[in-house]
Amino acid sequence: MVDMSINLAAADMMMASLAQGPVKLGVTDLNISYGGIPALRDVNLTVKEHEIFSIIGPANAGKTSFLKALNRMDTFNTNMKVAGEILFNGLNVRNLKNIYALRSRIGVVFPLPVGLPLTIYENVALSPRLRGINKTSDLDVIVERCLTRAALWDEVKDRLDSLGSLLSGGQQQRLTIARALSQEPDLLMLDEFSIAVDPVTTMRIENVLKELKQDMTIILVTNLVQQARRLADRTAFFLEGECVEVGKTEDLFTGAVKDQRTRDYVEGKFG
Amino acid sequence: MSEIDSLRASMTTDFDSRNMDWYIDKIVQFLVFIAGISAIVFIIGIFAFITLEGFGFLLEDFSFREFFLSPFWEPSDEDAPEYGILALVAGTASVTGLAMIVAIPFSLGAAIFIGEFATGKLRESLKVLVELLAAIPSVVWGFIGLSIMNPLIIDLFDVPVGLNVLNAGIILGLMAAPIMTSIAEDALKAVPDRYREAAEALGATRWQVIYKTVLPAAKNGLLGAVLLGMGRGFGETMAVLMATGHAVNIPDSLFDPVRALTATIAAELGETAVGAPHYQALFTIGIFLFIITFLINLTADLIVRGIRKG
Repeated sequence: MVDMSINLAAADMMMASLAQGPVKLGVTDLNISYGGIPALRDVNLTVKEHEIFSIIGPANAGKTSFLKALNRMDTFNTNMKVAGEILFNGLNVRNLKNIYALRSRIGVVFPLPVGLPLTIYENVALSPRLRGINKTSDLDVIVERCLTRAALWDEVKDRLDSLGSLLSGGQQQRLTIARALSQEPDLLMLDEFSIAVDPVTTMRIENVLKELKQDMTIILVTNLVQQARRLADRTAFFLEGECVEVGKTEDLFTGAVKDQRTRDYVEGKFG
Repeated sequence: MSEIDSLRASMTTDFDSRNMDWYIDKIVQFLVFIAGISAIVFIIGIFAFITLEGFGFLLEDFSFREFFLSPFWEPSDEDAPEYGILALVAGTASVTGLAMIVAIPFSLGAAIFIGEFATGKLRESLKVLVELLAAIPSVVWGFIGLSIMNPLIIDLFDVPVGLNVLNAGIILGLMAAPIMTSIAEDALKAVPDRYREAAEALGATRWQVIYKTVLPAAKNGLLGAVLLGMGRGFGETMAVLMATGHAVNIPDSLFDPVRALTATIAAELGETAVGAPHYQALFTIGIFLFIITFLINLTADLIVRGIRKG
């Protein structure tokens, strides 16, 4: 009994040091605008390694724009202007020579599942193939591992050759998570992943995320306040293009807030 | 009279009389119906006319073996006229085949550039330009084949005549490319942007996105574009008449002159007596062309529809 409690204490300490681990992502004075209209103003925050960092806030808060700036998806939209510094593993993503290499290290899960027009197998094998892994035996291992981790393997193992788009919404979302995992990312970003997913599947995915935390850093954008509470180590509250507050999730939900608006949102008074 | 009685009286008048709006509605319905049905009526009428004109030949002088397997098209031979379209089919097929080899890379490349890489004004002006190219009359293309390609081929390849498979194939390819580009670009545009974003988020480069995601997703539409281009090449008359050399011949090389099915009809129909076997044989070629183009277009249409559903 004594030994065990000591071990538990040690584990607690380890977890604590992990939570305050090295900085994975440092954002300084981030400003994003679309055609001159600001979407996000003067955001300063850090995300630490191996934490689940959630961003909550109502629509038009700038949450998705924030994610797009992180993996340079701004190149899709010539209207989108990004200013400020984003350090990913200490390197500024604003002036990289090869943004494809950056994107390949950041997994993204979109609000609505995007099953690429490929088979289930090829959806997951695409990213490894892009990295140059072409041996069938290697790909088989990766595909099984990623689908298993995304809690989808048992449901699809007998029909890997059917189209990914034929799966149900919840299955497709787990397929996109498996696809993101096949990138072996150090950062996984999920943008309101549960919007088209039933509650049971949502809980399964949430459990998956808790496990994944040991291997990667997770940024979770959600408009479900309780989801942030269940999962996140720290939470940022975005409102109308402003980062109102960043803090330990537990503090935010127990009333230890610096800003009244955060309290109102968390308590469901608006949003 | 109570209020409800007077109301009923006025409604009865309204319900029993037909006013101007009612008649205009009926007339417009009728006109739209006529316009809609006329396209179908015309097509059936044309097919019936061609079949009727060629019918006598089909019944009397037609021999399946001779028509499809004989390389001799000698309808004006007084003693023993021969009606074999094998050489003409070979001519049309060789020219159309070469045209596709020319047109597919050009049109797919152009469609990928316009649809995936070009943005803003460049994209819009390129699209307008492609539409303009598609509107060039075929006789102008034939003229280019005759007056520009002909001496060019003679100079470049040191051959006596420049009117041949190569000339007509290139001309036809350039003719078919704009329409194929236009349809192929539509097919690429039908691929949702979220596929591109999802693939790019995986770290795929622009080309990898196109090659691994966009092209597979658009493959039915692209195939439809190629088939419609083929239909265009198959049915084209004036340009091939002018650029092929118009000699009945199964070609051995790119530099052999050939004759196309369509060009044969165009060149000979005016010189035949209405109702004569030669006249009817030309109409039988028409039936054959009609069926082939119909099949090609139908296949293309079914394939293109396939993607819209799936």
